[in-house]
Amino acid sequence: MDTPSSAFGSRASERAMRIWTLVVLAFIYLPMVAVVLASLSKIRFFMFPIKSWSLEWYGSVLGSIEIRDYLWTSVLIAALVTLISVLLAIAGALAFARYDWKGRTLYQKLILLPIFFPQAVLGLAILLWSSAWDIAPGWELAVFAHLVWIVPVVTLVISIQVYGFDPAVEEAAFDLGASRWQVFKEITLPILWPGIFSGALFAFLLSWGNFPLSTFTTGAEQTIPEWLYAKMVAGYTPQVPALGTLTTLLAGILLLGGYWLGTRGRKQ
Amino acid sequence: MNAPGPSSLTQARIDDTGDAGTPPARERGLKALSTWARQPGFLLSLPALAVFIAGFIGPLALVVLYSVMPARSFGVDNLPTLENFVTIFQDSYYLSFAWSIGLALATTVILMLICWPVAYGLSRVFRRSMILTLLLVLPLFVSENVRLFGWVLTLLNHGILDGSLRTLFGWEVPELLYNVPVTILGMVYVYLPFMLFPMALGVSMIPESCREAAFDMGATRSQVFREVEIPLAMPGILIGALLTFVLVLGSISEAKILGGQSVIMIAHDIETAFTYAQNWPLGSALSTLLILLTGVLVIGLLSKLNLDKLLSRK
Repeated sequence: MDTPSSAFGSRASERAMRIWTLVVLAFIYLPMVAVVLASLSKIRFFMFPIKSWSLEWYGSVLGSIEIRDYLWTSVLIAALVTLISVLLAIAGALAFARYDWKGRTLYQKLILLPIFFPQAVLGLAILLWSSAWDIAPGWELAVFAHLVWIVPVVTLVISIQVYGFDPAVEEAAFDLGASRWQVFKEITLPILWPGIFSGALFAFLLSWGNFPLSTFTTGAEQTIPEWLYAKMVAGYTPQVPALGTLTTLLAGILLLGGYWLGTRGRKQ
Repeated sequence: MNAPGPSSLTQARIDDTGDAGTPPARERGLKALSTWARQPGFLLSLPALAVFIAGFIGPLALVVLYSVMPARSFGVDNLPTLENFVTIFQDSYYLSFAWSIGLALATTVILMLICWPVAYGLSRVFRRSMILTLLLVLPLFVSENVRLFGWVLTLLNHGILDGSLRTLFGWEVPELLYNVPVTILGMVYVYLPFMLFPMALGVSMIPESCREAAFDMGATRSQVFREVEIPLAMPGILIGALLTFVLVLGSISEAKILGGQSVIMIAHDIETAFTYAQNWPLGSALSTLLILLTGVLVIGLLSKLNLDKLLSRK
């Protein structure tokens, strides 16, 4: 450690911090490891230690047409939510952090309220609201419900990028005769790109893993988290942990891949 | 940008009503309104605000409206009544409220203690903390049902814990699932990132110079902690605490999957009222109380925060 020990407390407390963080990581990953183990067990009901191992449940998950339908619904919802929320949040973040306007502080606080609200109750409220407008639940309503929660999150993520951005760069481009659209395309967008990218990643992954909003808004259609929950409650097979492991892996790969792309982009 | 503020708008309106029909006053008012509405920031905020109004304010307002409708009605065209609120206090619904609040408080306090050293390390000590951050973020993107199910597999009879102890030491672990402590465990587990990341943001707002100055002036480690670090990190700590409290207050899955209904959460009562019981007004009345409680807390805190300062770290 090249920092003076007085600045960060003693080495002993630093070591304690490291050990504690490892304990917390173990706490976070222990149940996920349990899910992976359960997916590799041959018998239908989980017993530990595992006596016979098998990959057959992965085969049955990948071969199931039913699950393929749910996968499609999940991906469709997450992709649409990502696209729409990023477009809305770019504008929303510029209003949040770039422009000084009357009403901005109120807007900043209003827009964050859905993050501070329990999702299950929000899902039920949206279901009630949609029935008042005679809109049947389905994947479209789920997209809408996800947006209510995810647009604020993505706005926040992009805003942090906007705060680090010097408006003088835009003004210089205007002075040099660039049009509004040119400035947006050539200056604003590239500068905000890292924030937009992580915002999109967040949007996709949050929608992909969401259960409380989906469960009340998808109606007869189902997403992967809904299917997993239904099977957990009744009709358990090791397909549940197998699919759970696959969705976790996908989230991990997207997150690491996104991080890798992000650091590579910064180096170039 | 020197657009006239809301005060000049009201001024214009007052002029208008006081002197009806005078063109200059009305024109001034309209002009002020149109200048205000043409601010680029306002225009850019419109799409996100539209989603907010159509997807958050609208549904919650309808819930509040339904809460004063007679029990089991399926429309909002009846005479308002408070009978649903009377039902809530006469039946045992206040119990699930009390449980939800108690568990939310317990979870928040436990998470503050667990997260502080990690948040501190994350923003001050660990050098290449990006991988650590990714490891801590990943659970957010895995459906909470899957993660809670992992705990079921861990704590089950013949599960990971019981099975290991049986094989290694011949110990038999008593039933660990389906009680209050394990419900709290699930809540602490699921909402950990919601405390951790705002807290780390708070810790990153402590200027190194302040701590050094305090140490130079002879403050002890615990004095610096109590009188420098905690107060300076307070905005982040409060956001984390509020997020955790509010989200646990409205949670369902932990009590269902791990708790085995040993505790009935208020959100579970709300869900039952809306679905199985088909009593929308009762569900709405319960939701309204929840909306009021979270609304007071959240608006109370948010109105005190300077988000620009917090997010730009200026």
